[in-house]
Amino acid sequence: MSSPALLRHSEHSMPASATAETTSVPATTPPAAPPSFGTLALRWYRLNRDGLRATAIGIISLLAFLLVWHLLTTYHVVFFVRFTNVPSPLAVYASFAKAIHDPKFLLHVLLSCRRIFFGFSLAAIVAVPLGLVMGRFKLVHEIIFPVAEVLRPIPAIAWVPMAIMLWPTNEQSIVYITFLGSFFPILVNTLHGMSLVDPVLVRAAQCLGARERWIFRDVYFPASLPHIFTGLTVGMGVAWVSLIAAEMISGQYGIGYFTWEAYSLVQYADIALGMIAIGVLGLGSSMLIRGAGQLVMPWRSR
Amino acid sequence: MSEIVVKAPQGHIEVRNFSLSYDSIEGPVEAVTDTQIHVKPGEFVSIVGPSGCGKSTLLNAVAGFLKPTTGIVTVDGEKVNGPSAERGMVFQQYSLFPWKTVRENVEFGLKMRGMPRSQRERAARTLLGLAGLEAFEKHYPEKLSGGMKQRVGIVRALATGPKVLLLDEPFGALDAQTRVIMQQILTNMWQRLKISVLFVTHDIDEAIFLSDRVYCMTARPGSIKAEIPIPLERPRQQSMMMSSEFLALRRGLMSLIREESIKAMGGELNDMGMQGLNIELHGHSLADVI
Repeated sequence: MSSPALLRHSEHSMPASATAETTSVPATTPPAAPPSFGTLALRWYRLNRDGLRATAIGIISLLAFLLVWHLLTTYHVVFFVRFTNVPSPLAVYASFAKAIHDPKFLLHVLLSCRRIFFGFSLAAIVAVPLGLVMGRFKLVHEIIFPVAEVLRPIPAIAWVPMAIMLWPTNEQSIVYITFLGSFFPILVNTLHGMSLVDPVLVRAAQCLGARERWIFRDVYFPASLPHIFTGLTVGMGVAWVSLIAAEMISGQYGIGYFTWEAYSLVQYADIALGMIAIGVLGLGSSMLIRGAGQLVMPWRSR
Repeated sequence: MSEIVVKAPQGHIEVRNFSLSYDSIEGPVEAVTDTQIHVKPGEFVSIVGPSGCGKSTLLNAVAGFLKPTTGIVTVDGEKVNGPSAERGMVFQQYSLFPWKTVRENVEFGLKMRGMPRSQRERAARTLLGLAGLEAFEKHYPEKLSGGMKQRVGIVRALATGPKVLLLDEPFGALDAQTRVIMQQILTNMWQRLKISVLFVTHDIDEAIFLSDRVYCMTARPGSIKAEIPIPLERPRQQSMMMSSEFLALRRGLMSLIREESIKAMGGELNDMGMQGLNIELHGHSLADVI
């Protein structure tokens, strides 16, 4: 502006800076030629080498566990811990092969699953919205939080006598225990998620014209989802713990009852079978939740 | 382009007799005091000042997030009472919604306005195209570089057709090269949309390069120390930053800011109980480093 020389200089430099910008843009979209199957397989192997290694070591470790179990039980090792009456893996497998065709065993499993389904689902349906509302509205938090804090440390198992008094049927009291077990982990984690919502994101939404309802739906809720799912995973674990305890104490059916009954009836192999069934069911249900989490939060999968 | 309405020039920001203080155990602490600024329709105005001087506080008050303790903030004569889509904002931390794809982020404001899906999809694509981001519309923000994230941030803020655009150190987290490109993109968009811009930065070069006018703030409690018009011709090129005119402006602003930075640092040093330290000397050595 002051001298024509300066102006001319700036005009000259314009195309240079423009090309610098345009060349930087296409570099972000690389064209890919279809590679051969061999190179693809090799690449897949290289990318998944760590995963394959972990799987291989995992299988070896499980086999070693079975082998140690087998040796301890066939030689009836007594070394403080007594393995004299502990069933061998083969005996457990034999009772599994029998149980899989036994409708009664399947009924035990099915009933336990049903109790988990109702107890856990109710807990999620109540605890998640409650946590969201408590996290958003101070007054609700101030009213409910003290009660929740007093009830939370009471283990669900300690509720068994009270539950039997409270509910008309055994089935309802067991579902209630399961509900209680998963309720607090879900509530606490939802609250935690709400407390960690980035206030700048809320402000960004407000600047874009979002009102309360939409901020709740599009900011608070998705921002809390990772913690909600942590709560659901923990809650599912505690649900199983509570369920098995309740079934052992007051049940007539269910995999916990099956395990306890096996002890009373001196069917040692069935004890281990019941335990393994509980483990597998617990693992399966937490995998279901993790899968659901990946479906609901696609932005977090990598 | 049809979705982007080019309105008659509007977006006149006026901040009068503004002060903002917050309560603490020792009594009210003044963050900004006795401040008047304005942005004319279509003008690009920057606020620079030492860190902690309250320039972001001022911007947040214009956005409607903070209420002034005294004074008034108006846009086109209307008092600012809270955040609104009329005042688009770009944040230093990008603040894109991580659970929304790039396009969903841009669409959000239009969705809030009740625009039907197909229409807002088209609008978002057009805007992303302008920012060279159409290839990334289905990506989640996490997968983008800082520069791309901030381009989405700017496009998102502009999508609803706000009267004014407020930017809070938007390029502070970017590397030098990316920052230069971003400044160019912002200038292009501003010229195309004829929107008023209030830009907060601590980078003097950036303020001069982008602005029509620069406000320089004092150390806390912040107030306007000086108002510097930037008479550089537009369109501006990177090479202008070597011109004697630019350098003169830079020198002027630099010395204004330096005084305030030293004041701000001196205050802090005194607070820490380092009375024996010669503040003046410290300031000079600091200046030499710069």
